[in-house]
Amino acid sequence: MSTLRFVLVSWKLQFKMIMRSPFDGIGNVIYPLFFATTAFFVFRAGNSPRTLIYASLGAAVMGMWSSVSTSAGSAMQRERWWGTLELLVAAPRHFSLVLFPSTLGLATVGIYNLTATLLWGRFAFGIPLTIEHPLLFALSIVGTVLAFAGLGLLFAVSFVRFRAAWVLGNFFEYPVWLICGFLVPLALLPEWVRPISWVLAPTWGMSAIRESALGGTPLPDLLLCLGLGTVYVAFAVLVTNRVLYDARARGSLSLT
Amino acid sequence: MVAIEAEGLRRTYKTHTGTFRRRAKEIEAVRGIDFEVPEGELFGLLGPNGAGKTTTIKMLITLLIPTAGTARVLGLDVVKNPTEVRKRIGYVFGGERGVYERLSGYDNLRYFAELYGVPPGEQKRRIEELLELVGLKGREHERAEGYSRGMKQRLHVARGLLHDPEVIFLDEPTIGLDPVGARDVRATIASLTEAGKTVLLTTHYMFEADALCDRIAVITRGEIVATGTPEDLKRGVAEGTVVEVEVYGVGDETVERVRGIGGVTAVAVEERDQAQVLVVQTGPGAELTQAILGCLNGSDVGRISHREPTLEDAYVALVSSE
Repeated sequence: MSTLRFVLVSWKLQFKMIMRSPFDGIGNVIYPLFFATTAFFVFRAGNSPRTLIYASLGAAVMGMWSSVSTSAGSAMQRERWWGTLELLVAAPRHFSLVLFPSTLGLATVGIYNLTATLLWGRFAFGIPLTIEHPLLFALSIVGTVLAFAGLGLLFAVSFVRFRAAWVLGNFFEYPVWLICGFLVPLALLPEWVRPISWVLAPTWGMSAIRESALGGTPLPDLLLCLGLGTVYVAFAVLVTNRVLYDARARGSLSLT
Repeated sequence: MVAIEAEGLRRTYKTHTGTFRRRAKEIEAVRGIDFEVPEGELFGLLGPNGAGKTTTIKMLITLLIPTAGTARVLGLDVVKNPTEVRKRIGYVFGGERGVYERLSGYDNLRYFAELYGVPPGEQKRRIEELLELVGLKGREHERAEGYSRGMKQRLHVARGLLHDPEVIFLDEPTIGLDPVGARDVRATIASLTEAGKTVLLTTHYMFEADALCDRIAVITRGEIVATGTPEDLKRGVAEGTVVEVEVYGVGDETVERVRGIGGVTAVAVEERDQAQVLVVQTGPGAELTQAILGCLNGSDVGRISHREPTLEDAYVALVSSE
């Protein structure tokens, strides 16, 4: 109960901090619209409304992913600059639990990205917003947010150990767009890339969102997305103590 | 019962020199120190910048793994039982960092109260009490980014006390504060031992250690060079005399020559306005003014004065001796 309360309070305060940063705020408001506009111009050539909805949903998840991949790294970097990272480590709670609300907060911002992209598509480009299975669509979004938060947690743990790992967050931003089929169907990618796509939860989250919006069977994809998200969290929890011990032995926690 | 114990505590850091031809270098920050702090004592770790004070405190609060030796807090090993140690200790450091600037002072405290598992029913009361104690009542709902350095420092103190820890580590808590702000923080520290807490305080201000601490360990270059009550340390230099010579443009070589005079126990150079002041401590009964002036041959010399040694001189003598 105390753990759940901690996650909720901490998520709320993290979210408050994200919302109070004008710089992050403007980025979060404008970025997804650029993704969406680019995608719509590219896919408009196809001249099929279904393709445009496909692109619209892809651009929406792109925004969500960008929010997590780039911000998880910079969030850890900020904790270092603010001098709060050491305080978090010196607290008795398991460190992965301390980080999770932070990445969850970032993934939640992604919900705005998704909504903004879909509305932008609807009003600026006239792309119809018809959702075949609204409940499953909502569940798919929540599942994808949670899985992204899990992956963000894994990133964040590595950012604690490696100071320059926030660069890695930026590095992962674009390849995942491609590998996880946000804009291009996986079938178009070379065979050897597919196993990589399968172990990445965004692939299944994207697929679940599309299947539920366009009419299909999103449940298996959603379950796979959540399953992989759980694996990421479990792995992050397992390695956290090892990573922290290493950082304490090297004396790198206080470095910025 | 002993609250804090350090036995042969040692910590080295690896650093690198060069860009393309990188060479690893080991720096010994703490070179095997031993001390014990009984429960309820306010113990000061006093030393100049880079003496190893912060490294020592970080090993004790589980943020650094010692390279050798052991440390226990309330009987718990800091390496083997970090979580149990963390539940029982509070940590406050000086400076403006360590605060979530975009959150209000109240939200900062609320977050850390959750982080330390303070029961929900107690949180509000505890936060209110601490805001009152550190004098932030009435400003708690403003964002911390608008706080002065002193207010942030007091917020740190409140944060460190949220979970009512038995042992509190204060790392240079008054650094950079104005005299009034520093006095307020010192008053709060003094009230902690009255409440039965054990406090380990690091500082490089002699008068602060003198005013607050029951016992002091002087640390320099990673080693403890003296331990005792402030009175014990004063007694160590009480027999001698201090000669102060105003000079203009004295070089390192000259200082070394003065240090080499028989009967000189310590030499320090202080900058005062346009001039430098050579502060020379001499042993009991030594009259070394002429010898000192002889070493200053060629330098411009101003006023010369003699005085009784102070606690600060004791500290200077300890940290400047090889």
